[in-house]
Amino acid sequence: MALEASAPASRVDIIGALRQAAITALITFGLLLPLIGFNTVQNIRNEIVLETRWPLLAALVAIIAAGRFLHAILIAPWLARRAQRQRREDAVRTAPRARGARWVVPFALGFAAVYPALALSLAGTQGAVKWVDNFGVQILIYVMLGWGLNIVVGLAGLLDLGYVAFYAVGAYSYALLANSFGLSFWILLPVAGCLAAFWGILLGFPVLRLRGDYLAIVTLAFGEIIRLILINWVPVTNGYAGISSIPRPTFFGIPFNASDEGFAARFGLEFSPVYRTVFLYYLILALALVTAALTVRLRRLPIGRAWEALREDEIACRSLGINTTNTKLTAFAMGAMFAGFAGSFFAARQGFISPESFTFMESAVIVAIVVLGGMGSLLGVAIAAVIMIGGTEIMRELDFLKAVFGSDFDPTQYRMLLFGFGMVLIMVWRPRGLIATREPSTLLNASRSSRRHEEKAQSTRPSLVRGRHG
Amino acid sequence: MEVFVQQLINGITLGSIYGLIAIGYTMVFGIIGMVNFAHGDVFMVSAFIALIALLLLTTWLGIGSFVIALFIVLVVAMFFTSLLNWAIERVAYRPLRGSFRLAPLISAIGMSIFLSNFVQVAQGPRVKSIPPFFNEVIVLTPASSGYEVAVSYKQIVVWLVTAALLFVFWFLVSKTALGRAQRACEQDQKMAALLGIDVDRTISITFVIAAALAAVAGTMYLMYYGVVSFADGFVPGVKAFTAAVLGGIGSLPGAVIGGLLIGLIETMWSAYFSIDYKDVAAFSILAITMIFLPQGILGRPDVEKV
Repeated sequence: MALEASAPASRVDIIGALRQAAITALITFGLLLPLIGFNTVQNIRNEIVLETRWPLLAALVAIIAAGRFLHAILIAPWLARRAQRQRREDAVRTAPRARGARWVVPFALGFAAVYPALALSLAGTQGAVKWVDNFGVQILIYVMLGWGLNIVVGLAGLLDLGYVAFYAVGAYSYALLANSFGLSFWILLPVAGCLAAFWGILLGFPVLRLRGDYLAIVTLAFGEIIRLILINWVPVTNGYAGISSIPRPTFFGIPFNASDEGFAARFGLEFSPVYRTVFLYYLILALALVTAALTVRLRRLPIGRAWEALREDEIACRSLGINTTNTKLTAFAMGAMFAGFAGSFFAARQGFISPESFTFMESAVIVAIVVLGGMGSLLGVAIAAVIMIGGTEIMRELDFLKAVFGSDFDPTQYRMLLFGFGMVLIMVWRPRGLIATREPSTLLNASRSSRRHEEKAQSTRPSLVRGRHG
Repeated sequence: MEVFVQQLINGITLGSIYGLIAIGYTMVFGIIGMVNFAHGDVFMVSAFIALIALLLLTTWLGIGSFVIALFIVLVVAMFFTSLLNWAIERVAYRPLRGSFRLAPLISAIGMSIFLSNFVQVAQGPRVKSIPPFFNEVIVLTPASSGYEVAVSYKQIVVWLVTAALLFVFWFLVSKTALGRAQRACEQDQKMAALLGIDVDRTISITFVIAAALAAVAGTMYLMYYGVVSFADGFVPGVKAFTAAVLGGIGSLPGAVIGGLLIGLIETMWSAYFSIDYKDVAAFSILAITMIFLPQGILGRPDVEKV
């Protein structure tokens, strides 16, 4: 329970560990007694009655106490030793640590490119739909949303807790315009992006003066307002029921259906839903990569530099003559635009949207991905999306746990539980995110030819990103 | 007129509950400058604890007296909720103190997701309702008038309990050594530590007090509405935060005033305009306050130093 590292004990203190375990057991017992010890259930007469669950309570308390004991005798001393070693190394270290990092990005891109083929060959045409759709497309949507929000949160340092609103604007723009005017996905994709960007500017205007947590809460309020309007403006949005039969994207005009005009028939293939899924996979992959490429380019342009300067110190920015209004609004608009693209893709992929898909929880998940990944780091955001979304998706596949915990055990129930727990854990473990070091976008005295300076700058890199945020 | 008076009564009741939650936000923000996002869910958990305590007392121990039962339920809920919030602070926020600003906020969002899903898994996703009790009302208008204005005993209980606890709490913060320590930590933690105040302990106690008041709000919520579900933390949480912001974050009387205002605005809006958009009204107030009156009604303006 107590997370601060106890004194760097050189020898293992069994008595102390036992005492800590006992205290932890007591606290855990107190915490779990009401909600685990008792269960409220409805009886036949629909009255609410209490049931006790002492074995479950005892088991959970025992597990947590045992974990605390093991932590005290094994993990804590190991951590203390490692911290000591690191302190020594830090004193003499000059070269950057991440040497394998250079290969991570090409490998990840290569893997993403061949993933559908891999799934097809391993799981067959029937099984591959699930793997490409649930894992590939789902994760990539969040990677793209994470990269889009990264512009707002990671680069410009504006914490936006209502990002899902722009995702919703994109999705509803596509759904409504496609259903009412019959326009194609390829025309509406940029339209949805522009509309979302417009909303980004619109909602960005009033919050320009706000900073930090205040900005976060107001954007949260805006996100909720947009969702509530989607729910209550029934004539246009159809309320809770949502919009269905949204046209699917076509392969440059060729639909993915079983007809003679369909993709499979045209190319002489046997009809299977997997083609559409694979197509959607590459579509979202391309969209995500466009987002990443634009982010990388923008960071080198004056506007990207201005965003990062704004993140580090707004007052200094203003005194240097940077127009903070325009800088913030462009960040909002760019971020919102990518959310709009992702939203219209989402609507086209699902074929059905409802306000349920755009709750605050989605915003929280996207923000979590950006912050857990390490703000500003594209690779970190992608890794966090794979861990958090892939990790929760894989909970659906853990049917073998039913054999362990009984047949009424449903692992999917625990998805968001573990998601929340994971967020806390990663934050406590690495408060700056998984990839905390960032390439500095500008270096003093650094030209492309002088590697010496760059290496010197790299050794001081952590201090560059330790500045204030928000 | 009758409608207005009735809505005034309902609004003050709702506002008392919001005010109690809002104090938790305002205190935690005052002392460590963090929006405790999980506070709404702590409130929801406390309502569940109250539900279980109430069922234990009535069905197992057979306590018939309402006053005794309510008193015990309040104490039990306050105790367990305080323990919970103490543990949350210890595990999820304390290691992040002094880290960069977003870290505790993200940790709190994670905690909020964890708590609501924990309750969903542990107690099931269905709405829990308690058997109706204590339903007597006092009719204020003469029988001849068409519209009946009534105060229920429940509403009176909510007012009395809120007022009593606010008084106790006000005494604690303004007249005791603990309250002085708290205010000292709010102003300057380093200086407070140099003067011999245990900052960690003071912050822990702040979380405990915030949780105790949330537990009072949770018990009142359960008693007043008679239902609670695992998803009931988010919206009241955001509204209470709105109340704290409206009253001026960091200011305790401000939180209560803000809570009452939000409660009144919400009930009036539902009565006179549209019940569908009542949450939109609350969220709009939040946005409008933030933009035009960021320091709130009673808050100090936030001076930014370079």
